[in-house]
Amino acid sequence: MTSGTIKPRSKGISRRAFLAGTGTAIGSGAITGFPTIWAQNIKDVVLHHAGPPVTAIPAIAEQATKDLGFTVQMQASENADLLNRFLSQSSAIDCADISLVYMRYLIGRNVLQAIPLSKFKYWDQTIPLFTKGEYPDGRKAPQQGITPTMILYATDASGQKVTDGTPTDFVTGIPTVTNGDTLGIRPDLVSRPITSWADVLDPAFKGKAAIQDNPTIGIIDVAMALEARGDITYGNKGNMTKEEIDKTVKTMMDIKQSGQFRSFWTSFDQSVNLMASGEVVIQSMWSPAVAAVRSRGIPCTFQPLKEGYRGWGYTLGAMKHLDGLKLDCFYEYMNWYTSGFEGSFIARQGYYSAQPENVRKYLTPAEYAYWFEGKPAETDILSPFGKIMEKAGKSRDGGSLWERLGNIAVWNSVMDEDRYVTRRWNEFITS
Amino acid sequence: MNVWHKPASDGAPAAGGATSMVRRPASKRRSTRLPPWLVSWFQVGPLALILTVLFALPTTLFLVVSFYDYDRVGIYPAFLLDNYRELLTTPATWRVYVSSLRFALIVWAITLFLGFNVAYFLIFHIRNSITRTIFFLLCAIPFWTSGIIRTIAWIPFLGRNGAFNQILMALGVTSHPLDFLLFSDFAVIVTYVHLFTLLMIGPIANSLSKIDPALLEAARDAGASRWHTMTNVVIPLSKTGITLGSILVFTQVMGDYFVVRQMSGGQSASIVSMLSTEIQAMQYPPASANAMVLVIFVAILVGVMMKVVDVRKELVK
Repeated sequence: MTSGTIKPRSKGISRRAFLAGTGTAIGSGAITGFPTIWAQNIKDVVLHHAGPPVTAIPAIAEQATKDLGFTVQMQASENADLLNRFLSQSSAIDCADISLVYMRYLIGRNVLQAIPLSKFKYWDQTIPLFTKGEYPDGRKAPQQGITPTMILYATDASGQKVTDGTPTDFVTGIPTVTNGDTLGIRPDLVSRPITSWADVLDPAFKGKAAIQDNPTIGIIDVAMALEARGDITYGNKGNMTKEEIDKTVKTMMDIKQSGQFRSFWTSFDQSVNLMASGEVVIQSMWSPAVAAVRSRGIPCTFQPLKEGYRGWGYTLGAMKHLDGLKLDCFYEYMNWYTSGFEGSFIARQGYYSAQPENVRKYLTPAEYAYWFEGKPAETDILSPFGKIMEKAGKSRDGGSLWERLGNIAVWNSVMDEDRYVTRRWNEFITS
Repeated sequence: MNVWHKPASDGAPAAGGATSMVRRPASKRRSTRLPPWLVSWFQVGPLALILTVLFALPTTLFLVVSFYDYDRVGIYPAFLLDNYRELLTTPATWRVYVSSLRFALIVWAITLFLGFNVAYFLIFHIRNSITRTIFFLLCAIPFWTSGIIRTIAWIPFLGRNGAFNQILMALGVTSHPLDFLLFSDFAVIVTYVHLFTLLMIGPIANSLSKIDPALLEAARDAGASRWHTMTNVVIPLSKTGITLGSILVFTQVMGDYFVVRQMSGGQSASIVSMLSTEIQAMQYPPASANAMVLVIFVAILVGVMMKVVDVRKELVK
């Protein structure tokens, strides 16, 4: 739902490679790194991991299978399909990448079980933005939208209720991936510095701007722009009142009538093509989409803006039906998942692991400096698919991890008035 | 191409018995022959099964769910008219229906004009049946790839920096790229016409091929002008094909989701794209209500067309 629909271009190949890998791992009963469960018992265990295509990447499952001695299978699906699988087929999957927003849908639905923190090795390495709602320097993070602490701490082992953010010994899921989204621009075509969300509404870009056609996230991007322009001041952009929704939609309809927008995009590919073809020079965008435009040799910047980012995050949850040996395997997998390999993989598409220190050993020093520290690349930087996406000497847009995550204005959300939002959004799109 | 021809020629009720009749005209096998009513059931069975399982049951399900209550996570059995009330009182609904009908009418007019002329040319102007087959194949070549690819292929062609704009600028027709070519109603209509003209050509060509050339000669001999022959002989005799083609084009446009979204760049919405937004937001009851209204609307539309031309009567002629 949040930031992600990267097309796993090599899906077919990796799946086949993955199957081959599975065979050898089972055959040899190889176990490396986590020898806490007896290898003979676990070699037949299969963990089904479901998530969106951006994180449920077959190469990650392949590595896990190799390292852990049992089999991990990735199943990727998107948006409502994914949420539906969690809700209606939860017994067919074992663990899941759950966005903070979807956690809102799942808690209390008897789909997940809580994870005792005592089983998790890397709680201390997990960024305080997730564990305490604070930045490392102790500042409180803004509380608009669905923040990590709103859904993280379960009141008890059943995990069907969460606290108001007060820490407990049980979590609904282990924090895994996070990032902040902002506007993408074509620096060669905008011909002036872009500093604010309001720029997407600037008449200078009439007919060359785009936003995403998605009521839950799109309206937050719109709210960022309208607030930046001074049209509306929101109480909570991630949970608007009916009046705020009405005012937002009305203003946007006027802007749409003026011909401001070239397009509204619904998929990752569309956003990439709009930008790469120059149809659009400024639009709401996702980090891997920016990377995809750039790896075609076309300049594209994930532009930091003074109002801050729209944040999002994922957690890894355990399905209710897991128990015994399989649950132990899940704990092993959870600790493997957050130990760095997965984090390094998704780092190369511009996302952050919630345990950034663990990722360091899986990236080259040049990569770590580029992706996490905002320093100029010492060598060429490759995309997850091995293409050069940044020449040596360039720095990442938005600087270091905390320059970016330290400036989250609002989190992705599903609002109390979500029914009303969907209706009004349809009116906006059809107007 | 002659799909519509078949029921007319071998639609006799005892088709199952036909083969045995051919092999052995004697009545020896008569005792093992199936009774005619059973044969009819076998003939109607497969389609009935498909329609029941893949159409009637899901539609009934939608109908039931469309009255349900819902919240963020679930749907709850109830009998509420709220979903319909909200749907029918939202200006957005009326806008998408008007816009879809407008698209349907424009596309219908263009595809009818193109389709009729192409079909007429193929049937009456091309004498050689091999050449005609080749030309039909040429018409069908675009259908060898998926509709999605045929749709997306227009985007680089019509784009601001696309091939068409570059040609226009190179020819000096325009000094700056024309923006209306892509992400506009124009782009949507061009794509629809490209996708759906063949749906007109097929049925119309089939109707035209059944016209006895002697009729045209007779008309000429009786002193009718070309135009008179066309309006008094050819068009009345091809109205079955025209109606079938029109039904195909209308239902395709009304039920479209992909073309409008891609080619208008999300600027205009279709009925189904509105429905899809609701599904993405997990709001199944209003999406079901939306689907029901669409099904009823299209059914009425098709019913009216069938009323104008009794397609069934024409087909078995």
